[in-house]
Amino acid sequence: MKGTAWKFGNDIDTDIILPGRYLIYTDEERLSQHCMEGLDAKFNEKCKKGDFIVAGRNFGCGSSREHAPIALKGVGISAVIAESFARIFYRNATNVGVPLLEAPGITQLVEDGEEIDVDMEKGIITSANGESLNFKKLPPFMLEILEQGGLIEYLKNKK
Amino acid sequence: MPTMSEKILAKASCKNKVEAGDIVISNIDVAMAHDLTGPLSVESFEKIGTKKVWDSSKIVIPFDHQVPADSIDSANNHIIMRNFVKEHNIENFYDVYAGVCHQILPELGHVVPGEVIVGADSHTCTHGALGAFSTGIGSTDMAMVFSEGNLWFKVPETNRFNITGELKENVYAKDVILNIIGQVGADGSTYKACEFAGETVSNMSVSDRMVLCNMAIEMGGKTGLVEPDKKTIAYVEKRSNKPYKVFKTDLDSSSLNIIDIDVSDLEPQVACPHNVDNVKAVSEVDQEIDQVFLGSCTNGRLDDLRDAAKILKGNKIANGVRMLVIPASKEIYSKALEEGLIKIFVDAGALVSAPCCGPCLGGHTGIIGPGEVSLSTSNRNFKGRQGSPDGKVYLSSAAVASASAIEGRIVAPE
Repeated sequence: MKGTAWKFGNDIDTDIILPGRYLIYTDEERLSQHCMEGLDAKFNEKCKKGDFIVAGRNFGCGSSREHAPIALKGVGISAVIAESFARIFYRNATNVGVPLLEAPGITQLVEDGEEIDVDMEKGIITSANGESLNFKKLPPFMLEILEQGGLIEYLKNKK
Repeated sequence: MPTMSEKILAKASCKNKVEAGDIVISNIDVAMAHDLTGPLSVESFEKIGTKKVWDSSKIVIPFDHQVPADSIDSANNHIIMRNFVKEHNIENFYDVYAGVCHQILPELGHVVPGEVIVGADSHTCTHGALGAFSTGIGSTDMAMVFSEGNLWFKVPETNRFNITGELKENVYAKDVILNIIGQVGADGSTYKACEFAGETVSNMSVSDRMVLCNMAIEMGGKTGLVEPDKKTIAYVEKRSNKPYKVFKTDLDSSSLNIIDIDVSDLEPQVACPHNVDNVKAVSEVDQEIDQVFLGSCTNGRLDDLRDAAKILKGNKIANGVRMLVIPASKEIYSKALEEGLIKIFVDAGALVSAPCCGPCLGGHTGIIGPGEVSLSTSNRNFKGRQGSPDGKVYLSSAAVASASAIEGRIVAPE
């Protein structure tokens, strides 16, 4: 997968990803309009389908709002790659079909706005200048959940 | 040799023994979703296609975040949840007047020691103060629980904070937990159970222990926990007729990391913008404020209102400062009325509102504008948390919040 990497810092919390005042909405399109609004009011406009978020430690800390990964899905993020993730967010993102790749060293490798290449099967991220970094590949069942768009779709298709 | 988390999860997954790192499927004793996370949970539950919830007596639905409805969208969310309650005969439904979910669950007897509790709200870790394994989950996981009555967990390792020393005057549980989070960092306990133990915790009330456990998530914790003692049992037996089981941690457990904290010299603390681990002593902070919020699932309890009233009695809130007081539940509100606390707040110039989450998450009342500074007794100070991303939120105890409201700047009570 190729796409532009949008880079953020450490401890990006769910209030940044999707502020509390929009939790009254549940639909992906509406939530996506406010994605990352706290740090970048135009994020929804500049992010294209297939782009990545690259971030530091503890991405997704804070609330259990599933609205946050749904907003990321809505803006078309194909994966979030971070030094580490918060616990509830990790589970929620997988459940709604947003891949989270834990890749220690990623913030050193990638600059904001550059195009990167992510090979999910081999577990390799390659930056614009050709440098690469291995990440811990996701287990097959998790890849299957993500490919089908989330846990509920996965379970329905299994039945 | 297991920790209390391992023991509780072993019981809930019908196994003799589980160890940190194991993946288990645990039966759920209580599942809570409120007016903001409930609609997504219901949407997912309907997508799964199960006709009936697994157990209508084990689901608790409180309305607390956007109450009373402040917009047509909120009102619609309430309608979705009321219909769900009716359709599935949910026995434990608390409409707009009851209070904040993490206060009313223990207060109304839904939490007892040894249970596994999940809530579609990250501060569900609060209930570990009564010795239950209690954790926050998202809406899809909640839909699975509604349908199946169980959920998979990775059994966590444990950080046990062994807290010793007598707290100085005007230093509270909130100062202790802010100090701990400042020391270990916002990801200092990621995926770990956070146990609070030691003589300081033994001397604390159940209400204080809830303050500690409430904020375990702010260091990444999967749950907060306090081993049940006489105070826990007295609290629980007064409020619940559910059977319970007391579990304690074996100190020789291999998945236990003990962190010693001495609080004898601790001063009042404040978490500065925009992270909960950006903690300083109040004496090091020089900051004027526009708004004070006393309330929330962290510090909206009767003890907090009493501490605040003691400071506010006979004083006036500073010119140009707004103070919002929101008792965390109907029971607390009623007792505060009986004790004359509400009159003290009103006479001091505070605005007292009915039980709800208030400005804590910036969705409803008391939202701050660009450039404004809020001092709040709640649990998060993230950028934009209480409204404008150009505003600032500081976190403190009820006592610091009250003293600061009088001064118009962040100060410790004298």
